[in-house]
Amino acid sequence: MMIKSLLAVFLAAILTENYVLTKFLGICPFLGVSKKFGTAVGMSVAVTVVMMIATAVTFPLYTLVLVPLDLAYLQTIVFILVIAALVQLVEIVLKRYIPALYRALGIYLPLITTNCAVLGITILVLEKSAADASYTFLHAMVNAFGTGVGYLVAMVLFAGVRERLESADVPRSLKGLPITLISAAIVALSFLGFGGLVEGLLGGGV
Amino acid sequence: MEKKRSLLHEFTKGIVKENPVLCLVLGTCPTLAVTTSASNAIGMGVAATLVLLCSNVFISLLRRVIPDTVRIPAYITLIAAFVTVVQMLVKALAPSIDESLGIFLPLIVVNCIILGRAEMYASKNPVLPSALDALGMGVGFTAAMLLMGMIRELLGAGTLFGMQVMPSFYTPITVLILPAGGFFVFGLLIALANKLQGGKSKGRDFSCEACPLAGACTKKETEGACHDD
Repeated sequence: MMIKSLLAVFLAAILTENYVLTKFLGICPFLGVSKKFGTAVGMSVAVTVVMMIATAVTFPLYTLVLVPLDLAYLQTIVFILVIAALVQLVEIVLKRYIPALYRALGIYLPLITTNCAVLGITILVLEKSAADASYTFLHAMVNAFGTGVGYLVAMVLFAGVRERLESADVPRSLKGLPITLISAAIVALSFLGFGGLVEGLLGGGV
Repeated sequence: MEKKRSLLHEFTKGIVKENPVLCLVLGTCPTLAVTTSASNAIGMGVAATLVLLCSNVFISLLRRVIPDTVRIPAYITLIAAFVTVVQMLVKALAPSIDESLGIFLPLIVVNCIILGRAEMYASKNPVLPSALDALGMGVGFTAAMLLMGMIRELLGAGTLFGMQVMPSFYTPITVLILPAGGFFVFGLLIALANKLQGGKSKGRDFSCEACPLAGACTKKETEGACHDD
C-alpha cells in the first residue's frame, strides 16, 4: 500500500502536476536554458539535486522546529535562507570534491536560489502533508524527486521543440520569445492529456 | 522643473517603456499563473507592489550600510521579511485572495522584478526616486497582469471580475484559463508589444541583462550560464 501511494506521488509529480507546464513554477530557466539539449539536462539535474536536499532539510525543520516553537509564520524567510545557504554549500562541496561535476553543474547553481520551483516544492509538500496525515517525509522526498524528473522531462521535450523552431520561418513580431511561449502552450496542452492517468493506472483511491 | 520631470520619469518609465512584464520579461511565473481571472491579477499586483515599495525604500536607505559582497543574501532576507508581512496582511484582510493566490503569495520572494529593482535601481539611488521607481514598476506589473487576466477571463470563462458579461450564445474557450492558455496569451501579448515598438528589439529573448543576478553572476561568460548567443 505504501509503495503504491509512493508510486502515485512520483508519477503525479512528473505528469499531472508537472511544475513547469501545469503549475508555472521555474519558468525563467525553462525558457532561458532550454535552447540546447545539453544545458537543459544540466540545469534540470542541478535543480533536482537542490530540490531534494532542500526538501530533506526544510521538511523536518518546519515540523520539528518551527511548528513546536510557534514560529510557522517565519516559513518563507527561513526557507529562502536555507535554500540560499544550501546552494552555496553544494557549490563549495562540489568544487572541492567533485570538480568534474562542478564544471558540469556549477554554472547553474547561482541561478537556482531564485528559481521558484525550489521554494515552491518545499512549501507545497508541507501543504500536502498538512492536508493528508498519511503523507510522510518519505512521500515528500519522492515528490521532490518526481518533480525534478518532471522538470527534466519538460526541459528535454521543450529543447527538442526549440531546436526545430530554430529553422522555422516565423513572422517578424513573433520571433524569439513570443513563438517560444506559443510552442510552450502546445507542449502544455499535450500534458493535459495525462489528466486522470495516474488514478486510472493505479486503480483509484490514491 | 528639470528635477520634477525626471522624478515623474522614474514613475512612468515602469508603466510603458520599461514595463517589467512585457518589455523586460521579468516575473513570468506569477504573470502566467495567477492571471486566470482579473481579480486574482489585481490581488497579486497589489501584494507585489507593496513588497516592492517597502524593499526598494529600505534597500535604498541601507545602500551605504550593506557590504557589497553579501548584498544579494541581505536583499533576499529583507524582501522575505516584507513578503511575510504582506502574507499576514492578505490572510487577515482578504482571505479569498489568499486562497486563490495560494503558493504564489510566498513566492513573491523569488519574483525577479523585486530582486531586479533592488540590484539595478534601489542600491544605487536615493530614497524618493527608488520609491517612485517601485511604484511605477508595480503599476506596470499590475497593469500587464490585469490586461492578461481580463483577456483570459473574458474569453476563457465569459466573465469579468466574476460577473457574466458575454452574451449567452458565447461558448467560452476554456483552454484559455488552463495553463496552456497562459503561455499562449502571454506569447501573443509580447508579440504585440514587439510590434508596437516597431520591432526595435528584434527577437527579444531571455538574456543576461534580464537576469536580476547578472551583476553578481561571475559565470555569465562561461558557456550557457544565463543562456548565450
